[in-house]
Amino acid sequence: MSWLKRERAGIKGTKTPGVEVPEGLWTKCDGCGEALFQKVLEEHLWTCPHCGHHFRVPARTYLGLLVDEGSFSERDAGLQAGDPLGFRDARMRYPDRLKAAQQETGLKDAAVSGVATIGGKPVAITIMDFFFMGGSMGSVVGELVARSIERAIDERRALVLVSATGGARMQEGILSLMQMAKTSALLARLQDQRLPFLSILTDPSTAGVLASYASLGDVILAEPGSLVGFAGARVIRQTIGEDLPPGFQRAEFVLEKGFVDRIVPRQRMRDEVSQLLEFFWRSTRGFARDGDGSPHAFHPHPPAAGGGVQAGPGSR
Amino acid sequence: MSAWLDFEKPVFELEQKIEELRAQAQGREAAAQLGELERQAETLRREIYANLTPYQRVQLARHPKRPYALDYVEHCFHGWLELHGDRHFGDDPAIVAGLAFLDERPVMVIGQQKGRDTKENLLRRFGMANPEGYRKALRLMQTAARFRMPIVTLVDTPGAYPGLGAEERGQAEAIAVNLREMARLTVPIVTVVIGEGGSGGALAIAVADTVLMLENSIYSVISPEGCASILWRDGKKGPLAAEALKLTAADLERLEIVDGVLPEPIGGAHRDHAAAAATVRQALRRHLEALSGVPEEELVARRLQRYRRMGVFRDGAESPA
Repeated sequence: MSWLKRERAGIKGTKTPGVEVPEGLWTKCDGCGEALFQKVLEEHLWTCPHCGHHFRVPARTYLGLLVDEGSFSERDAGLQAGDPLGFRDARMRYPDRLKAAQQETGLKDAAVSGVATIGGKPVAITIMDFFFMGGSMGSVVGELVARSIERAIDERRALVLVSATGGARMQEGILSLMQMAKTSALLARLQDQRLPFLSILTDPSTAGVLASYASLGDVILAEPGSLVGFAGARVIRQTIGEDLPPGFQRAEFVLEKGFVDRIVPRQRMRDEVSQLLEFFWRSTRGFARDGDGSPHAFHPHPPAAGGGVQAGPGSR
Repeated sequence: MSAWLDFEKPVFELEQKIEELRAQAQGREAAAQLGELERQAETLRREIYANLTPYQRVQLARHPKRPYALDYVEHCFHGWLELHGDRHFGDDPAIVAGLAFLDERPVMVIGQQKGRDTKENLLRRFGMANPEGYRKALRLMQTAARFRMPIVTLVDTPGAYPGLGAEERGQAEAIAVNLREMARLTVPIVTVVIGEGGSGGALAIAVADTVLMLENSIYSVISPEGCASILWRDGKKGPLAAEALKLTAADLERLEIVDGVLPEPIGGAHRDHAAAAATVRQALRRHLEALSGVPEEELVARRLQRYRRMGVFRDGAESPA
């Protein structure tokens, strides 16, 4: 199974958002080939105004698009990967690979975690970053997701997990695989607690992550055109000995097969998530525990933003 | 025995010689020679099998004569009654499931099943399950839990089947749901990795209270060949990747992912199916007995904790409280 799909060109082409970009840079759209002015792309939330192609964006950029402004407070920013296997591949040691990825992205690992509000509703959130080693899930990503689930339970928040990943991280071997069990097992507890879990799939959402928490949302939303699948296309092609049908493993295909609830363009994501949370918020009277009052300020018609949750710095 | 691995060859040649000599041997001199050869064979076996490289273990784990799930079913249990189908789409022969007795105890047995020959492998897809296989497994595990029957799972798969239909029918969802639902089953679950523990496809029936591995089995996030083709850009560098991935039973015990390693007959489980199965049966007995008195809630809580603590990282604790 290919857990990690390398798309060098794609990475370079979409690296720019959120990072320092020389003024007036043009980016070629991966979808239609149109040359796009950086500023126009940014205004369109890194989607192509011509064909609608959704560019991959770093976790912090996505965070800015999704949560209420100024509401994010980062948690567990200090978590750093170890090197439990003493892993070394053909080119470098795992710690060196980590260091390079850290320098490239400004992140410690392939996800950013914290608390925030979306449409005024309190959420525990983890957003994966594809630019950090292909968004691969090792112990740190697994732990960030696990702690987000526990935080949702402890603080009666909705859980929002945004996937952007090639799957489990080979360099941590079996420990990466076990993150699938760790996160999924905790989601059983979340379900028992009657707290909503929204899983958002962006390009790509594949392999070990899709085969664990990403597929377990109460509601699963996917960005248009995103790659959503378990096995790598190359492996499947080898298995069946023929080419894959067009659109195979794209979000629209997966919707048709019944494994995501909705395809949501990035421009509408915050609104749709807010709207969804509104249903769960009302039905649980503010994500309240059974027989308890809401720990949050619960209004039948809550204020537009910041309802009951302290706003933190959008840390970096 | 026709099929042997490269590193097994010297042993087999010596053993063949012994057999031939024994067939014609007469007299004291021949007996002495025989004894000497047997001592040599023993030394050779010890040397070879005590110093296997990780990739040689991979080869043993995949050995075509290795006992498969149904071989253990035959040797470890009695009254086996196979049950079929996921009740939604179909039955998947890559996973066998059914009821059996371990001594006097009724148990649900779930196992990934490889084929002995080409025809059977076509049917069982080399032990690579489709979503309906995982859903059948979960259906029967939930049935077991309802009737307070412990669950035994036998892991032996290269991975979940990477096919078109598998993707269309939600391979990822099937695995994910199994991981979550196994975590809350209220009966003891003991897993034995008997051959290949291939990634998510293996884990999907292996969220258990006790996870054991046979000495020459492997358990890995990705096949060594798959890892090599990505990180070494050369699928033939499997032996290097096998070393790097730390996928042997001993490695996994050291990493505290599995609870015990079950010794195999010298030369590997394929040399003596009955002996290998006897070890497995004893281990199952012991571990199911140990788990049988644990109250349901504690059992589930402990199982969650077992996985919750997995992961190696440092916490700089720089985050605001």
